[in-house]
Amino acid sequence: MVSEQHIKMWESLDINTELLSKMVSAAVKRHEDVFKTQSNRPSSMDYFDDFWANLQTGRIEELQEVKKAKKPLVGTFCIFVPEESVTALGGACYGLCSGSPASIPEAEKELPRNICPLIKSAHGFKLLKACGYTQSADFIYGETTCEAKKKTWEILSKHHPIHVMQIPQKKDKKSLELWKKEIEEFNEHIEEVSGEELTFNKLKDGIETVNSKRDALKRLDKLRGFYPDIMPISGKDALLAMQISFVDEPKRFTQKLHELCDELEARVEQKVSVFEKDVPRLIILGTPFAAPNWKLHDIVETSGAAIINEESCIGHRYYKDNIDTSSATSKEELVDKMLERYADIDCACFTPNEARIEKIKKMIEERKADGVIYYTLAFCHTYNVESFLVSSALKEAGVPFLAIESDYSPEDAGQIKTRIEAFLESIKNKKVG
Amino acid sequence: MHWGVDVGSTYTKIVSIGEDGEIVEASTIETLIDQDEKVYQFLSGKPISSIVATGYGRNLIKDKLGAKVISEIQAHAKATANLFEGCSLIIELGGQDSKVIQLENGYFVDFRMNDKCAAGTGKFLEIAANRLGFSIDEFGDACMDYDKELEISSMCAVFAESELISLMAKKESAKNIGAAVHASIASRLSNMAMKFSLGGKVVFSGGGAKNRLLKKMIEEKIERKMEVAPNPQIMGAYGAAIEARLSSS
Repeated sequence: MVSEQHIKMWESLDINTELLSKMVSAAVKRHEDVFKTQSNRPSSMDYFDDFWANLQTGRIEELQEVKKAKKPLVGTFCIFVPEESVTALGGACYGLCSGSPASIPEAEKELPRNICPLIKSAHGFKLLKACGYTQSADFIYGETTCEAKKKTWEILSKHHPIHVMQIPQKKDKKSLELWKKEIEEFNEHIEEVSGEELTFNKLKDGIETVNSKRDALKRLDKLRGFYPDIMPISGKDALLAMQISFVDEPKRFTQKLHELCDELEARVEQKVSVFEKDVPRLIILGTPFAAPNWKLHDIVETSGAAIINEESCIGHRYYKDNIDTSSATSKEELVDKMLERYADIDCACFTPNEARIEKIKKMIEERKADGVIYYTLAFCHTYNVESFLVSSALKEAGVPFLAIESDYSPEDAGQIKTRIEAFLESIKNKKVG
Repeated sequence: MHWGVDVGSTYTKIVSIGEDGEIVEASTIETLIDQDEKVYQFLSGKPISSIVATGYGRNLIKDKLGAKVISEIQAHAKATANLFEGCSLIIELGGQDSKVIQLENGYFVDFRMNDKCAAGTGKFLEIAANRLGFSIDEFGDACMDYDKELEISSMCAVFAESELISLMAKKESAKNIGAAVHASIASRLSNMAMKFSLGGKVVFSGGGAKNRLLKKMIEEKIERKMEVAPNPQIMGAYGAAIEARLSSS
């Protein structure tokens, strides 16, 4: 809970303490409604529940220690920002608040109404001074993965220091050359801020730390999705852990996630499932779920289905590939390997982006999923447009497909629920018919 | 007796069928506060073998009635498949939404619904009718002999209304503007429909199915004749009753 000491810390970060206190209470209440109402949760979720309760207090306190040690605090909105380099120099690279409808009205004073809710929410948190992560960040690292983002940075830079990393739109040779330069410049910038050289060994360590985190997330993925008859954890709980992976200290997070996975492994052995045996198991495709955006998961899992994967940036797209350091002998080779991994990310900002479709088909096959929901945040044009190609390919493969477009407002929950329930019925009908 | 209860946003429709599947009773009551209590009272003393609830308020009443729940899409599909053998596609224009449902061997296997706004719904038709001075029931017939093709391009009911006003300001006739409204809805519905295979029988359902002009325009666009579902208002409840009968056997 929020103590006087926390309030003091918030004041030192120029936070609107009254507003953030209210938001924290609301976030804790919402978490209780969505998560604590589930039965038979793994006990190792306690860590993640506690983390959520202390999201704007305990973890922000820790970040101030990092700052005191003159290490950089870098806020991001995208998995293309090389967190490995920040981690390597002892700094913290984390995702910023961007998943709440509460900050959107404020953002709409400066931004158009009809752009992505994630960007509006993030911008609103800055204007309201209501996110400890944003307020603590030495700078925000933006990128050029969509039109709305790159133009928002120009406005957000009036309120907070921003650097923009240029992510190309194609993956040909000259684009990759540009991209490599961008990573190098990023590294130089982080060196400058921390007053410390990013040596081969340090960078390698940083990469390994993040690789280990991704390995742990991969382990969670296997445990929740690869046993068709046993689902030892709900999709909601797995999503919460994944959302926390973007703000927690990576080494501790990795350890805690492995503890959760140990418990899940035992559950698999003992055939302990949190869902009935025959519930439809679904994969979500598309745009990310920034906390506390739990709307779709909550609706799906209270309508008699289970979510076994998110093919999203907060999800599979983030942890699917690691950076292979085994053969690298110089810093430059490490950077090449970083680029290799980053270029394997199949974000819809690239054209063409065919690898994504093949990957999705494989994901469905490996997990024997019963269907997919293609989730698009309202006004996310790249993912929304790409859904046509994905749906065509999946329909051809006979995979039940439902497209849902939604923002952060709670008002469409009823309509989404109707669609989800009908989708589940159609899956059952297909099995019968 | 097997009961289907369709709790819609304005009215709750209640249909009962006997063991032979024939409709015994069909009633409509207003949807108000504490609707679970209202439906419970309505049904008290009646012979009940099984109940299935559907419609937007389905989860609201299920506990009180001990009802099984199905979505309105499933309910409409059941009712239509039962009445129209060989139906492969249902195009439905309801008051709050519009949907296209694909059937295979009597089971629905895929569907599409309009976005969460009023565009392409019966509500849009109603707003336009009011603006142009028609009642909703006469709207289609009154515009049937339009003599000029105008265009309403906006998909948003609010913006479309301002388009309508500017057409009125240009002194276009009510029937021609009205026909343009029909054409815009017909085009939206047929675009949704043409995402599916139009192989078998196509059935037009929902309150909008009573509108002859709309039916004609959709048929022209999808290049198919459509059959019209009778008593579109009670189809959901009827489908729920069919499900109740099936699930109790």
